[in-house]
Amino acid sequence: MATVIVVTSGKGGVGKTTTSAAMATGLALRGHKTVVIDFDVGLRNLDLVMGCERRVVFDFINVINGDAKLNQALIRDKRIEKLYVFPTSQTRDKDALRREGVDRVMGELRNEFDYIICDSPAGIEHGALSALYHADQAIIVTNPEVSSVRDSDRIIGILAAKSRRAERKEDPVGVHLLLTRYSPARVQRGEMLSIEDVKEILSVPLLGIIPESESVLRASNTGMPVILDPASPAGRAYEDAVARFLGEQRELRFARPERRGFIRTLFGRA
Amino acid sequence: MRLFEFLLPRRPTSATVAKERLQLVLAHERASRTGPDFLPALQRDLLAIVRKYVQADEDAIEVRLDRTGNASVLEINVELPIGAAARAAV
Repeated sequence: MATVIVVTSGKGGVGKTTTSAAMATGLALRGHKTVVIDFDVGLRNLDLVMGCERRVVFDFINVINGDAKLNQALIRDKRIEKLYVFPTSQTRDKDALRREGVDRVMGELRNEFDYIICDSPAGIEHGALSALYHADQAIIVTNPEVSSVRDSDRIIGILAAKSRRAERKEDPVGVHLLLTRYSPARVQRGEMLSIEDVKEILSVPLLGIIPESESVLRASNTGMPVILDPASPAGRAYEDAVARFLGEQRELRFARPERRGFIRTLFGRA
Repeated sequence: MRLFEFLLPRRPTSATVAKERLQLVLAHERASRTGPDFLPALQRDLLAIVRKYVQADEDAIEVRLDRTGNASVLEINVELPIGAAARAAV
């Protein structure tokens, strides 16, 4: 039986799709059959970040409406075995996520996969609620910045009240904090909320920190999940996050400012 | 020069300010998330009962719900004009 993981944040632009792509790829790399679903109907982007935008034929909404079969819409990743992308519609809007349709599709996916990653749209409207409804686990993507932290707190409250687990009075959704775009140097200068600050404010266990890194943009430019870039600090940090999600102990890297040698300062890149 | 910086009074960093602001606003929002709906009605009914016995102004009653850990404290403050309590006692 699959575990459903929602990647959500409330606020937009904090790294939900980047995280969904990286976590899904990381789980598949470790041999788990994984599908990543784009719930951002009308603003499809997961396909670009995963690099499969030219292979989209049918989408989530087609399957919900019964116009296509699940197997016709799932895109098998060309790099990683056991990794599938489930794109959404670019032309419809979020209302197309009909409750019974989503329920049926999630039921079918649960029978076929180990992990189902739901890439949530921003906001707390229908699209975001549909994405989190089926979740067993939630990854809250947060930037160390006041509006993002506040929105994260809001979405944590919604998970506790409106998820399927909450409705059925089952065990609550497991919530994990992922702090992205973290800059240890700015934290040291007192210009950015620290890991401890955000953990204390939200009182949610930390899954990992992703350092602010130029490699994230380079990865999305080329449609490669950043976790596949061996030179990327953000990629390594996602690798750690995947390991922790699977129960391994990993030391927290990238939490302190990097000491750069003279030559690297002159010629290096992040 | 940072040599004598320790002699100057420490100004809070912007991150410290951010943390304090967030803690304040979230404490307020979390409290109002869990059951703000009945508070206005409760306040109205309580005022009606109080006014049955004593003279009290519309805004003389304050109802607050504070969450501390796993318990909630319902705090009701009624401000009575001087003499009102004495009259009621008669």
